[in-house]
Amino acid sequence: MQLRRKIIDKLNGFWMITTLITILVLPLVICLGLYIKAAPIFEQHSFLELVFSSKWEPSRGSFGFWPFIAGSLYVTLLSFLFTAPVCLLAALYLTQFAPRALIRIMHPVIDVLAGLPSVIYGVWGILVIVPFVSAISVPLSDSPSSGYSVLAGGIVLAVMVIPYTLNMLIEVFNTVPNGLKEASLSLGATMWESVKHVVIRGNYPGIISAYGLGIAKAFGETIAVMMVVGNVVKASGNPFNAAYPLPALIANNYGEMLSIPMYDSALMFAAFLLLIIILVINLFFRLLIHKTKRL
Amino acid sequence: MGKPYISTNSIEQLRILRATEPEAVLRVKNLNVKAGDHHILKNINLEIPKNRITVLLGPSGCGKTTLLKCLNKLTDLYRELKVSGNIYIDNDDILNTTASIPDIRQKMGLLSQRPYPLPISIYKNVAYGLKLKGVRDKKLIAFSVEKHLREVGLWEEVKNRLNSPASSLSIGQQQRLCLARGLAVKPSIILADEPTSALDPTSSKIIENLFRDIKKHYTIILVTHVLRQAIRLADHVIFMDDGEIIEEGSPVELFENARTDKLRAYLVDGN
Repeated sequence: MQLRRKIIDKLNGFWMITTLITILVLPLVICLGLYIKAAPIFEQHSFLELVFSSKWEPSRGSFGFWPFIAGSLYVTLLSFLFTAPVCLLAALYLTQFAPRALIRIMHPVIDVLAGLPSVIYGVWGILVIVPFVSAISVPLSDSPSSGYSVLAGGIVLAVMVIPYTLNMLIEVFNTVPNGLKEASLSLGATMWESVKHVVIRGNYPGIISAYGLGIAKAFGETIAVMMVVGNVVKASGNPFNAAYPLPALIANNYGEMLSIPMYDSALMFAAFLLLIIILVINLFFRLLIHKTKRL
Repeated sequence: MGKPYISTNSIEQLRILRATEPEAVLRVKNLNVKAGDHHILKNINLEIPKNRITVLLGPSGCGKTTLLKCLNKLTDLYRELKVSGNIYIDNDDILNTTASIPDIRQKMGLLSQRPYPLPISIYKNVAYGLKLKGVRDKKLIAFSVEKHLREVGLWEEVKNRLNSPASSLSIGQQQRLCLARGLAVKPSIILADEPTSALDPTSSKIIENLFRDIKKHYTIILVTHVLRQAIRLADHVIFMDDGEIIEEGSPVELFENARTDKLRAYLVDGN
């Protein structure tokens, strides 16, 4: 009996460690695989040249990824600008001010929004957001836009990311003990002052974490953005212009035009780059969380 | 009753105290609190004497904490609670007033069951209430921070790390910091909701001694279900059970001559 319990104990320990190692090793394996597949392109171009060159002419052997990186960053930044205040205020209202019944109603709604396939957001973007952006571009931009633009991508992406970030922020704010708010209120703070000084300030790491995960998800989002962003290889500061984010490049072109020399490696490099950028974003937010935890 | 709970000398001192009965600083009339069908507080009437330690004594769940939360209107945070009646502080009925609620709350410092330091530095915790009051003079704030940290005996322990997070203090130190933070806004009443329940005996003793020291300047309402603490600290005792005040009076009256079976049973169990 003792021996059987010992064996079960060892086996359980073994499979738990095995799954953990698999989870830890998987990103490394993916990263290594992409690097190996992208390696041929490094024989002709340096890493920095590939990242910072804007010249994208695959048939002439020019692979400048800057327009794609800039497009991804721009769309992600815009979506963050829309998402951050909306999610923060909505989560604060739901957890601190609204009746409990409202949060019980909102939870399933948020879950449904989070579960919608991204192609639905893309279609909605084409039908609603693209014409809207086209209409507002007339008075706001130098040249009229078709609507397929960075702004349209940013809006659609924001709507997609809101349920994730909102859910995380709700969880974060729900962890604030009532006693902490009561302590602040009893010192003469108003409800808003208590929320500002206690709920927000006390949860900087959680808020940063929620935003970080939202940004990482936004940066890698493909289908919906690809459907509304225009997919034009040009880095432009005008939000009414089209762009071509990195995930869209891979999704649109992998399996196509592979007869062009180095094209396969270039697309693998794009995937490798995407992984690295998301890794850097995550590390940056980890660092921020670590810094704010020390406050 | 068997053996006396407090010494003859203490009883004599308490009698002298009673002879100089102070004015009431807080009066509660016909206070009722309901949560749906549950009647949490039932027709509470009481008076809290000024510059004395009033102990709210009773078993868990008898409504002591709810009563305390009514006094500084923290019951407003709980939509399910329906509060009715009158609570007079300085002759102003805070349940039916148009006065600013933050101003009312600043009259009453709150010390919770476990310390809740704000997620800021030790210095900023004490300065928090002052800044809310609109005090901007840095010298005045620094003076007040030092004064109140000294008042709770914490200054020597933290003077070299005032900018450290308040959460870095021990639980006992955090509770004293919370008391200093409350005193800094110059309340007239201190509401203490089982303030030593999360503390070790040494930290509890420090808090109890602090209460004895500061009651010259503050009216203290202490919620506890620790009978020995009540005996050590109380000038006035209110015994509650099941949302009602069962008995009220001086410690001598209650602990030596309990009139009701409920209190007698509680004293026997508590002892």
